Order: sequence, then C-alpha cells, then structure tokens
Amino acid sequence: MREKILAIIEKNSRIDLKDLAILLGENEAAIANEIADMEKEHIICGYHTLINWDNTSEEKVMALIEVKVTPQRGMGFDKIAERIYQYSEVNAVYLMSGAFDFTVFIEGKTMRQVAQFVSEKLSPMESVLSTATHFVLKKYKDHGTVLAEGTTDERMLITP
Amino acid sequence: MRNPLSDRIVEIQPSGIRKFFDIVSEMKDAISLGVGEPDFDTPWHIREEGIYSLEKGRTFYTSNAGLKELKVEVCSYLSRRFEVTYDPDHEVMVTVGGSEAIDIALRAMLDPGDEVLIPQPSYVSYVPCTILANGVPVIIDLEAKDQFKLTSEKLLEKITPKTKVLVLPFPNNPTGAVMKAEELEEIAKIVIEKDLFVISDEIYAELTYGSDHTTIAALPGMKDRTVLINGFSKSYAMTGWRLGYAAAPRVILEQMLKIHQFAIMCAPTTSQYAAVAALRDGDKDVQVMRESYDQRRRYLIHTFKEMGLECFEPHGAFYTFPSIKRFGMTSDEFATRLLREEKVAVVPGTAFGDCGEGYLRISYAYSLKNLKEALSRMDRFIKKLDGKA
Repeated sequence: MREKILAIIEKNSRIDLKDLAILLGENEAAIANEIADMEKEHIICGYHTLINWDNTSEEKVMALIEVKVTPQRGMGFDKIAERIYQYSEVNAVYLMSGAFDFTVFIEGKTMRQVAQFVSEKLSPMESVLSTATHFVLKKYKDHGTVLAEGTTDERMLITP
Repeated sequence: MRNPLSDRIVEIQPSGIRKFFDIVSEMKDAISLGVGEPDFDTPWHIREEGIYSLEKGRTFYTSNAGLKELKVEVCSYLSRRFEVTYDPDHEVMVTVGGSEAIDIALRAMLDPGDEVLIPQPSYVSYVPCTILANGVPVIIDLEAKDQFKLTSEKLLEKITPKTKVLVLPFPNNPTGAVMKAEELEEIAKIVIEKDLFVISDEIYAELTYGSDHTTIAALPGMKDRTVLINGFSKSYAMTGWRLGYAAAPRVILEQMLKIHQFAIMCAPTTSQYAAVAALRDGDKDVQVMRESYDQRRRYLIHTFKEMGLECFEPHGAFYTFPSIKRFGMTSDEFATRLLREEKVAVVPGTAFGDCGEGYLRISYAYSLKNLKEALSRMDRFIKKLDGKA
C-alpha cells in the first residue's frame, strides 16, 4: 500500500484523504495511519509546491555547482556535505559518482549573489579543492512535471 | 439517374453514437465522459521509435502480413502473456486497428446465410460487418444479473444449424464485463460440440482489474477454431496509430490476408515500427496505466453508490455501465437531458444494442479532476430527478 500512496501523493500532495482512500480501495483511517508512519520514518520528508518562478515577477537565479573536495579523515564526505547544506541558499546537495564529488544547487536573487556565495562561502572551505558553476538558463521539466503550457484534451468528445 | 447506391449498405443503420456525437459537438462547454480511448499519450519511447523510422526513411510498404520483427514480437507477447503459441510466418497478420481484423475475419469465414452470434451490449461494428459479409447477425442479449457475461444457457438458446461464428467481445466495451477461464471453458465446450468458430475481440486484454485475462484460444481444442484479435490502441494508448493484429489458424489467416492484400496492402509502416518498441519495452507503461485506470474505476463505482446509481462492478476495459431504469426514462432521454441540463456527455446504452436500454456507458479515461466535476453535475441532475433539489 505504501508504494501506491507514495506514487499518488508524489504527484499530488494536496489530494483529499477521502479520495485517496477511494482510489486505493482502502479505508481512510488506514491510509492516514500509513502516512503518519511514513512521516515519522522520514520516508515522507515534506509537502512542497512546484512553482514555475519564470511566470512570476520574482527574480530568481539558479546554479548547479560541481564541487571537488578532499574527504576528511574519519568523516568521509558526510561532514563536508553538512557544512555545505546548512546554508539557506543551498537547495540541494548530492554526492556524485564520477569526475567530481558534490552537485550543489544554489538559489539566489541575482547572479552576483550566487557568485558571491561561491567565492566567499563555498570555495574557501578547507576541504573544497575546486568548483565549477553552471547557471540554469531555463527550466523545462522539474520533478517529473513539464513546466511549459498545460495540455488540452484533444480527443473527440464521443467515440465508440 | 439510376440509384447509385447499394440497397444493402443503405439499409445498415449509422452508428447510434453518431447521432449523439452531433448533438454534443454543438455544445462548446460540455464535459465528456463519452470517449472510447485512453487519456494517456502514447509513451514517448514508442513515439520516438515512430519518429526514428521516419528519419531513417522507412516510408515504404511492408509485406502484406506486416513486418517480420513485429509478427515475431506479437507471437512472443501472446505466448508470454496468455500462454498461446502462434507461428509468426503463417498464423499472425498486422491490421489497421482491431476493426479491420473484425471485418476481414467475418468476410473470410462467412457464406451467405451463415449466422453469427453477437452478444450485446457490445462494440458497434460486429452487426454491420456481419451484414456486409453476407452473414446473418443473431443477437444474444446479455444481462446485468449475469454481470453481462455470456452464459452457456444464453448461447445454446440461439444456436441453429446455420450458426457458424460466435463473436466473443471480452473484456467488454461498453459494460466492462470480463470472462474468467472457467466461464470460457463452458463456452468452449459448446463451441466444440456444435462445431462453431470464435472471433475473440480481446482489444482490452491488458486492462483487467483483479485477475489476468484469459484467451479462449488457449483452451484445449480452441486454437483451431479461434480468430484472436488484439491491438495497440487501448493497452499502449495508440488509437490514432491504427494498428491491430489477428492470430488465427493458417487456413483462416491465409484468406483474411487475401482480403487485406487487396483492400489495404499493409498496415502503416511507421506505426508498425513503433509497435515493435511497444511490445519490446512497453510492459511497464501498461502496468502504470492499468493501475491508474483501476484507481479511477474504484472512484466511479464508489461515487455511483453514493449517488444512488445502480452499477455492477466492471472488471475490465475503462467503462462503467450504470443502470438508470429507476428514473423511468429511456437511455436516450436521460443522456440528452443530462447533456442539455448539466452539460455532461455520456453514451446511451442503446448505442451498443437494444438490450443496452436503461443503461449509460460512462468512461473513466479522464483525469480525476474531470471525473469529479462531471460526477458532481450528474449528482445534481439525479437529485433534481429524485425531487431532492
């Protein structure tokens, strides 16, 4: 049941508990308990809204930064990651396989602000060897959702 | 001037759906629950394969029976999913949708006067195609009390010395009824005893909820008597690609192929390449779509119950077939008023045979949002009829 609940609320976290129960053919209380458990177990870590900021008047700049580090003795990568993700400017941090170690997503109001963060906060960290900053020019799809215009139902209204 | 038309074709009634379609088309803001096709787009990897085939210039005819690699994939699919084996070289052909396969199967099998048993409510083409093939359609009225399944009593009642073919339309459009293996065994016994043939339209085979589909062709002694029809439209959301197939004993298939050869040449090449990708890598897509239909099916059945609309629980396709008998109106009247007063389009059950009177076909191939809005309008309409609003 967990996987089915997650599959639905991953796409639509605002769905009514009642509807969710009907769709899955389960009773409402059981679904509510399952969700509460998953929250406790940190399987469900939050309920966010997918916003296409490009369609607002808000200025936002996003950058993906490749970071190479030297892992610290006895602490590996986790400790460095923690030092990076504590910054509120940082949206996401992933440990990567391949040519560099971390992918860091930064969000700022201006390019200058992002650049400043990299040069003043990120690069000077003692374990950081190098960074490469890539600015996001346009978001096409995010969290499995295409951000462009909505689609319309082009099917004929009645077919056999 | 002489009458340019054939009497036989003029006598065939246009599809009952057509008339309703014309009314609906005039209403710009109507919400429809009337479609007979998936709400999903064709999965991208399948579409991409179609695009590649165009880029590579594969714009020629294929052989009449279809691409060899597609026929091989069809056979491997049928054996992996339904445990029935066919020879890709002699027992399978690719058609322009399941519809073409229905037409040419009937034409290949019927002599004038041969009777074809057609259980109804069912898809609109079996009767006219039988008439066009010089056959005589004999209707078997299915009933809600049998969950719209074909029972051996009903079958035996209509068999005469002239009966040659039984059309088996399960999982069923419009009722959503399915036939389980043990129920098919009963039918198969009679078919063999009475020396009949079966045209089994299994276009909704992938869309069953609760138990897997069984094909009658897989039952002992039945492969030699069955034309199995399936296709890509419903399971892979590929209606516009117009691609289906028939699997049948070589003697029948050779004659079907002859008609296809002269009337069609071959199914669209682009679609055939796309279909290869569908069968090779599409199982996951089908599974996701099936789960999604199943959820909406539960939603509709649940809401009908709350609305006081009687409906047997369908286990296949993407339709529900609720009864409106208690309102003392015909299906046509009910559907027309629902459209005029609440702007919700549904299909009257009578479009699928006279015994569909008293029922509506309501499709759940819509987003939950769309279903909710349409159902709340229906609820208002029903409350009005019941004098509660």
